[in-house]
Amino acid sequence: MAEGGVARFWREIPQRYNLIGNKCGSCGRVFFPPRESCPYCRRKSIGKMKELKLSGKGEIVTYTIIHAGPENFKEQVPYPIAIIELEEGPRLTAQIVDCDIDDVKIGMKVKSTFRRIQEDGYTGAIYYGYKFKPLK
Amino acid sequence: MRDVAVIGVGLTKFGELWDKSFRQLTAEAGSKAIFDAGIEGKEIDAMYVGSMSSGRFVGQEHVGALVADASGFSHVHIPSTRVEGACASGGLAVREGYLSIASGMNDVVVVGGIEKMNDVGGNAATETLATAADQEWEAFFGATFPGLYAMIATRHMHDYGTTKEQLAQVAVKNHANGALNPYAQYQREIKLETVLNATAVAYPLGLFDCSPVTDGAASIVLCAADKAKEYTDKAVKIIASGQASDTLSLHGRRDICTLDSTVYAAKMAYKQANLTPRDIDLAEVHDCFTIAEICAIEDLGFVEKGQGGKAVENKITTLDGSLPVNTSGGLKSKGHPVGATGVAQIVEIALQLRGDAEKRQVNDAKIGLAHNVGGSGATCTVHIMEAV
Repeated sequence: MAEGGVARFWREIPQRYNLIGNKCGSCGRVFFPPRESCPYCRRKSIGKMKELKLSGKGEIVTYTIIHAGPENFKEQVPYPIAIIELEEGPRLTAQIVDCDIDDVKIGMKVKSTFRRIQEDGYTGAIYYGYKFKPLK
Repeated sequence: MRDVAVIGVGLTKFGELWDKSFRQLTAEAGSKAIFDAGIEGKEIDAMYVGSMSSGRFVGQEHVGALVADASGFSHVHIPSTRVEGACASGGLAVREGYLSIASGMNDVVVVGGIEKMNDVGGNAATETLATAADQEWEAFFGATFPGLYAMIATRHMHDYGTTKEQLAQVAVKNHANGALNPYAQYQREIKLETVLNATAVAYPLGLFDCSPVTDGAASIVLCAADKAKEYTDKAVKIIASGQASDTLSLHGRRDICTLDSTVYAAKMAYKQANLTPRDIDLAEVHDCFTIAEICAIEDLGFVEKGQGGKAVENKITTLDGSLPVNTSGGLKSKGHPVGATGVAQIVEIALQLRGDAEKRQVNDAKIGLAHNVGGSGATCTVHIMEAV
């Protein structure tokens, strides 16, 4: 997964660390990750996409428990991965943490939390980003 | 638009083929199809090759030229193009070949599909397959490829009451069919308990809900339908070709349980063929995971949304059911050499419509459908074929 060097990860820091999405100035729809143009308004949205920091609050739409994980995640298995619908509208994919695996359910309210996502072996870069935990 | 016919088919054995190289597999499938069609090399106008990730699996790109070379056509300089759309690479290659004849540009085209997946270890194979997903926004966060289909399954079970037993029945059925296919990777039946008790991969999917890692190649010869008689009396017509796209990531889709790319590709194909889902006699669908076959029979319009699990349970899709699905054994049992799969599906439908499917022959098969998906549903092709 670490193919492409450090710049590939560095350029996604605003989105992955701070949930920076954007909003279409034409129809008002919100996107995460930010889009170059709105797929609903297309040319009408060019130059009208405005940055927007998302609240990080949302609800689980669906989930799985990963038992066979990729190399950089081997030490984390089993771990839950979910699709979360944020309260501003966009959906994203993230790990669910700080709860028992058996407690993860469709409809569960969650909020984002800043965590270590994966690391490149013993000496490589450590990559950070969002995971989600139950909203209590 | 000209009508297009399949005049020859060829397959290698699917499986862990340690003694066969990438180029040997492609040459073997290609020469079988060419012999089956009764054409000569000088009659071939163009070649199209589907391969998902030769670069990661065998460290070799530029496989359009490689395949032409390995097949002995480099000295006659036949144009050869590689097509990529993840696990739908084969279906896309078929469509490119089809379009090039329908347009009038070519008369005879060879289409191949190839993947040599066992020259890398299991981890590398899994991570290569995950490149079909969104690397930055799915895989980076630890989502695996089975994990994405598992999330479709979780939601399908939640919304429609689909059960793990119904998922397992897809695998049981496809292994029963694969047991009758001499080219299949796993030519044996399995029990429901085996599927249900298998090692967990990504809840709710276990190992036997997943298609395997496979080496294999498939090839077909396409020809302008009005010229097919010059070569063979076993031609089968391709009467429609549909293709559609959707968001790369699963979380971007309108509905988690519906592959809109399938819905739209099917709509395009049914319209071109002037047929409805009821007119289809049998189908090869993209069962990379058991849940994928359930979604496919719904999204292709064979059953209502949400009724796919029940349809499998009621044995509608078995070899002797009212709509046999994956008579070849499907990706689950026949094997899934990703770039070859979309072409191999056309081979199976052609054999069925020719009456050459031997022990798994469906009686009175006149119209068949092939459905090939890339990634978790970002690309889809649907082809409809008719016996001549």
